[in-house]
Amino acid sequence: MSTLATEIPATGTTRGLVEITKVRKSFGAAEVLKGITLTVEPGGVAVIVGPSGSGKSTLLRTINHLEKVDGGFVAIDGTLVGYEVRGSTLHELRERDVLKQRTGIGMVFQNFNLFPHLTALENVAEAPVVAPRSGKPRLTKAEARERGLELLDRVGLKDRAGAYPRQLSGGQQQRVAIARALALDPKILLFDEPTSALDPELVNEVLDVIRELATSGTTLIIVTHEMGFARDVADTVVFMDEGQIVEQGSPQDIFTNPREARTRSFFSKVIEPAFNI
Amino acid sequence: MSSTTTKVAQAAPEPASAGTEGTRGDSAGGTEAATVPAETGDGRARPGNRAPAVDYAEYRVIPARHPWRWVGTAVVALGVAGIAWSLATNPRWEWGVVAQWFTAKSIVDGLLETLKLTAISGILGFVLGFVLALMRLSASPLLVSVSWTFSWIFRSTPLLVQMLLWYNLGYLYEKISLGIPFTDVRFFEIQTTTLISQFAAAVLGLTLNQAAYSAEIIRGGILSVDQGQLEAAAALGIPAWRRSTRIVLPQAMRAILPTAFNEIIGLVKGTSIVYVLAYSELFYTVQVIYNRTQQVLPLLLVATLWYIAITSVLSVFQYYIERHYSKGAVRTLPLTPLQKARKFLSTHALSADNSAKVTR
Repeated sequence: MSTLATEIPATGTTRGLVEITKVRKSFGAAEVLKGITLTVEPGGVAVIVGPSGSGKSTLLRTINHLEKVDGGFVAIDGTLVGYEVRGSTLHELRERDVLKQRTGIGMVFQNFNLFPHLTALENVAEAPVVAPRSGKPRLTKAEARERGLELLDRVGLKDRAGAYPRQLSGGQQQRVAIARALALDPKILLFDEPTSALDPELVNEVLDVIRELATSGTTLIIVTHEMGFARDVADTVVFMDEGQIVEQGSPQDIFTNPREARTRSFFSKVIEPAFNI
Repeated sequence: MSSTTTKVAQAAPEPASAGTEGTRGDSAGGTEAATVPAETGDGRARPGNRAPAVDYAEYRVIPARHPWRWVGTAVVALGVAGIAWSLATNPRWEWGVVAQWFTAKSIVDGLLETLKLTAISGILGFVLGFVLALMRLSASPLLVSVSWTFSWIFRSTPLLVQMLLWYNLGYLYEKISLGIPFTDVRFFEIQTTTLISQFAAAVLGLTLNQAAYSAEIIRGGILSVDQGQLEAAAALGIPAWRRSTRIVLPQAMRAILPTAFNEIIGLVKGTSIVYVLAYSELFYTVQVIYNRTQQVLPLLLVATLWYIAITSVLSVFQYYIERHYSKGAVRTLPLTPLQKARKFLSTHALSADNSAKVTR
């Protein structure tokens, strides 16, 4: 574990502010986000919880423009995601510029989505060589490899650098995926249920890595069902239901003194088993 | 790969899994290590877990015998031998004539033409097919419909008709020119009959037809790749072209290759259709010869043997290329035939004393 504690490059103090304003999104007739407004401070750790189908994952995916919003907007450090402001009009950004914005936002998926035909190291070292980045040069292949090994070391997998994803356990795969997301030095990291596809005994090795990141100054937005972890790591807990934020606050407020009846009834169902661990 | 019996017998409650889990001394690994001795140490261990009185670790392992396999092999071998015998002894196959023509210069020249046509139209066809597949999957309605129409036209007309149309293009359009439509501006102009030789008509016909089919094969392969792969690549800021070539295509190859090799092998023999253009590839050459000598069957055999030879070589390529692209898709790559043969020899030819060690 000591490798994780080594210093993570200091991110600037004013980087990683996420402002989500009145975001709406529909899939066909179903409106999954009904005007969400949420601010996550730079370096903050927001954990989004709520029942399945409440729109948590969709909200996360609007932040890096994997989902286009139908209304409202998402801004990172004051810059709109996916659009450019010109006078009083919003111009949709071209693919290339969207990619550039995304390099500042890492994402970790529920199903890892590692590239199965590439080794762990190749997975981590791919993006820094080819992704267009604003303000920073791309890395050479050798630099990316070196950086990749550093990151794999940080998640405790340096000795598995040459392994293909299918040769790794679920927890190891997800740790590689986290290293991959870190490869572009993002100021924001999005976690979409990072432990939901894992066997119970593998959950902790992934959560430990995320815990370390929580103190690194990177802004984290985490969708999870691990309530104990949420209580540990979050400075803001957001409870969502049916496309809306029901309430948000410190873990203390949300878990022990929820104001809304909906929140209370949700936690009464999920918390007990989670805390028995 | 030591058996469980061995491990229990040695009474070594060493957490083998901790080693594979990496060197991190985290809580997950720790609990695992702690539970193993507890389970074997307490008195309530299930019978299966109890250490047996005899230590089997040093026993020799005799591989299971499969007598019926040998019977089956013998029956099949007998049948094959019968067929081979009739092929060899029936004089009407006229093997002498086959041998005489097999490496004749005209036949080899025809063979080279066949290979040339296959290679050129195979490569061009698949390159064009790849572009068509990307067009079909693009977000642009124009590109989608152009690609769809292309496949529709070339898959709905007989290749024979396409060939004859290309060859007789000069009848429809006397000259071909490049310029701006509806104006008099011409950059260059050429007689169609000069441009479309037999070779050009053959390549054009085969390539375009091949492209229409391979576009669908490649599209199918691309669709078989999990959407999450594209999302992950997009989330990492990997540019679109690189996503296609580095992330999606290598994974799609696993689905594409078997069908693609079907197509290529079909194309080898499909090139024989250019006989309608009197193009002297293998099949046309053979026809010309047997029309003269009346040795129809032996000469068809000559062509057949060559087609078999090409297909066999392609099949070997297919095996190794597929193996290459299965990297990462399977935990361990299957053995190549050569490696299998070596393993078979080492397990069956060695003395019984060594067999135990080998199987371990």
